[in-house]
Order: sequence, then structure tokens, then C-alpha cells
Amino acid sequence: MRIFALNHTTDPAQAVATASKAKTAQQGAEIRFIGGGTTLIDLMKLNVEQPQTLIDINRLPLDKIEALPDGGLTIGAVARNSDLAFHPLVRKNYAVLSEAILSGASAQLRNMATTAGNLLQRTRCMYFRDTAMPCNKREPGSGCAAITGVNRSLAILGTSEHCIATNPSDMNVAMAALEATVHVRGAQGERKIPIADFHLLPGNTPQRETVLEPGDLITHVTLPPPAPGNRSLYLKLRDRASYEFALASAAVVITAANGKIARARIALGGVGTKPWRSTEAEAELTDQPANEATFRKAADAALRGAKPQSQNAFKVELAKRCLVHALKLATQPA
Amino acid sequence: MSDRNERDEKPEAVRRYELGKSTRRTFISRLGMAGLLATTARVTTAFGQSSVKEQSALAESKDAIPVTLTVNGKTHDLRIDPRTTLLDCLREHLHLTGSKKGCDHGQCGACTVHINGRRVNSCLCFAAMQEGNEITTIEGIGQPENMHAMQAAFVATDAYQCGYCTSGQIMSGVALLKEPCGPEDADVKEFMSGNICRCGAYQNIVAAIQNVRKKSG
Repeated sequence: MRIFALNHTTDPAQAVATASKAKTAQQGAEIRFIGGGTTLIDLMKLNVEQPQTLIDINRLPLDKIEALPDGGLTIGAVARNSDLAFHPLVRKNYAVLSEAILSGASAQLRNMATTAGNLLQRTRCMYFRDTAMPCNKREPGSGCAAITGVNRSLAILGTSEHCIATNPSDMNVAMAALEATVHVRGAQGERKIPIADFHLLPGNTPQRETVLEPGDLITHVTLPPPAPGNRSLYLKLRDRASYEFALASAAVVITAANGKIARARIALGGVGTKPWRSTEAEAELTDQPANEATFRKAADAALRGAKPQSQNAFKVELAKRCLVHALKLATQPA
Repeated sequence: MSDRNERDEKPEAVRRYELGKSTRRTFISRLGMAGLLATTARVTTAFGQSSVKEQSALAESKDAIPVTLTVNGKTHDLRIDPRTTLLDCLREHLHLTGSKKGCDHGQCGACTVHINGRRVNSCLCFAAMQEGNEITTIEGIGQPENMHAMQAAFVATDAYQCGYCTSGQIMSGVALLKEPCGPEDADVKEFMSGNICRCGAYQNIVAAIQNVRKKSG
């Protein structure tokens, strides 16, 4: 691990000013904020990340989870995943978020990991994590070893010829279905970024994963008020029953009455290069009868653009069945 | 070469044969107690030393920074490299070797300790970020003459074979008692999934935790 300077601060303005001096906020950033450290320290041990300065943001006043006047929720950047998952308002109004978080990692990691850190969780692509291998995300222009290599767990949606790395987060999938807003404080002031616009597709620049610029500090995430009468859930399919990344997952937020779907928000995990909101699936569901034929149409729409690799064609059907089953569970009589 | 190996292995084989004459339970119990006693001896040593003496064992990094840590209720003024994980700090600087290094990447749970009463992977924390936090290790949970109920339950149910993951399992088990874990064995398995046991002692680990929950609940 490369040596770094450790900067403690209790002032968000100072954290932003210090981080603004970096050349990039993306892969290889020389100045990094550190919260729980569960991704960053792991990658520093692997020399995948080699920051020269770490800004410890755990003492910033950004750990609150509180109801908003409009009925929504505000979640501080350093609120821990376990506190978020077990928060009474989250369990009551945003079950999909609680379930998604609790389906990921372990109790120890969830006690450490933060909301902002989870938004920025890095891929588990083993070629990204191994500095002996080519990887366009880690080292732009070096090539993608995964496309011709072991790619069973990698993405089938949103890929490019330069990168097929999966976004590993469960929380992000729920945040996408809940239409969360990411609040950022940067060198130019504060701004709001809809979750759908926060993560970037790899395209020609897989080293750029989010819209964050140097100095940008995620301060909090807000959720809109829960849709009246909705049911939400997270279904995750994986190789083990626990403590494993998704092969395919589905976050669904459904409002249905009298056997008809009035409103649907759908996002998929484990299959996309970013948390995969599917407005195509939502369009197939809205104002349609809540039955298997409708669910299957929605699943077909969600996976229409899938580009499987040599080892992960199974994910296309797996993701469809995952979404169909999630929709069945979310619309069956209570 | 092979002759020498055979000769070297003989006493071990004899020792194992003789141990085999006692029951499996007494054998495992002896191993467990031996492990606990070894841990205690080191704790006593560490507690008996000044922080200056603690430092002298390990050459100081040229990048060392001052850090004050509170571990098992005792305050330590240290000078450590900022790259030092909490796990390495506990083991190499404070000689609290009950916390184990397994994967060193937050995947196995052998390094589990409590920070402010919550379980974490100490291999994924920098020690220099823990000032002001209360750190508790297996040595602070209980001692052979005064074991925590979870330690006693692990001994009683043979909840280990090699013992390497055991301190992490026990630290997770103790933390679980205060977490919103459901009543079933399946709930315990889910909450304990961050602690890997390569010997496969899972059934007995679940039994140990459930026994403590039943007694305290």
C-alpha cells in the first residue's frame, strides 16, 4: 500500500476545499474521502487505488436519517448501512431499500459501510481487482481481459466493447427504483443529481463511473414520499444463500388495485454496468392486469437490449424470471 | 529427506494416538482451554507493559503518526504508520493476538472486533481513524476464569475444531445478541454469514449462540 496523509475534519467546507485540489474524483484519484473504508481500503491493499491523501469524513455531521416535511426521507452520507436498513421509517415506507441492504455483504460490513460509500461501491470484476491484468477501468487503454476471460458474473446490460464490469451494489438498485436524489456539495456549491443520472455507462471511458468532479462531497440522499398504497420488495438470486453478490436481482415498487397495476418502478441488479432502472418494463406494466403474461412482457422488455458474453447468457433468462417472480410476490393478495 | 520426515512425524502420531484415548469432548475442551490460556498470558503481558515498551517490539515506521486508542477500557498512546489496520495494530503493537488475520480483505470475519459495541472487520479499518472510539476485542469479552456466556457456550457445544475463526465467531455472536435477529436457526445463520469456518463447525456455532439467546431471553 502506498503511504498517504490522513486528514481529519469536522467541517464539510474544509473537506470540499481539500478534495477540490485533486485532478479527478474517479479511478486513481489522488485525494479520496474515506467513510467506512470497506471498498477503499480493500482496493488500497490491492494497489488498485493509491490515494496520496485520505479525508476522514466520519466526523462530519452527516449521519442523520430523518423524515422530510413532504413525507419523504433524508439519509446522511455517513449513515451506516445497518442503521439505514433497520430504521423504522425505512422498514415501514421503503421495504425494498431495507431488504436490498440486508441482502448484501455481512453484518460487520453493513455496520461499517456508509450510504455515500455504497453509492460509490466499485465493481467486483476480478480483472479490475488484479493489477497484473489489463483493465480499461483501472488503466484506460490497457484492454478488457473480462470480455475474452472469465465473465460469468459480469454485466449483460449497458456494456461496451471496453468494459463489462457489473455494478455490485444492492442498495443502488433499490435507490434506482425509489427514484432517490443524490445531494452533492462541491467547489461550485450544492446540487441535486437524480440517481438515474448519477452513475455513468462505461462507453469509451469506463474509468469514469459517476458524474462526480474533484471536491464533490455527497452530503445526503433523499427519497420522495412513498407512493400511496405501494408494495415494494427486493429479490436477489445468487450462488449462495447469503453473503454473495447478485447474479440477478430485482427491486420493484408496485401500486396495484383490483388486479390492475396503476404504477410500477422497476430496477435490476447484478446484470447492469450501472443500477439498471427499466422504464421499458414499467411501461409494459402500467395500466395492465397484474398477471403472469404482463409480468413476462415486462421482463422481456427489460432484457431486450441484453448482450451476453461467452459465460453469462444464462443471466438473460435468470433476470427475467427474477423480475417475474418479484412482480408476483409484490402483487399477490396480502 | 523422506526418512527424516517420517521420524519427525512419529512423535506427533504417537501424541495423537494417546490423545485419542481420551474422549473427543475432553480433547476438544483441552484444545479450547489451551487456546484461551495462551491468549490470557499475552494479555497479562501487554497490560503489564507501558506503551513505550509496547512500541519497542516493532521498529517505528518513518511515516509514523501519533494515535491514541482505547482498547478493552485501556488507553494506549501509540506511534503507528497510518497504513496500519486496526487488526495489525491490535496484534503487532498491542500484542492482543486473539483477533485473527484470515483473508485480510473483509471476507472471512476472523478479525471481528467491536467498535462502540458494534461488530466490524478490523482488517478494513485504519487504526489511526479510531481515536475516540471504544474498541473491544476477544480479550476484553471474558477470561478463562470468568468467561463470557458466549465463550462458555462455544466450549460446551464444541463450536470449533481448529479454533482459528473462533474469536471472530464469538465476537459476532456477542454482537448479535443486541441486533434485531429473528428467533430461528436460519436467522442466526443469516446474521452469522460474515464469519467463515473452514472446519465447518456451523451447526455447533448456531447451537452455542441459540443456547445463550435462550438463557438470556
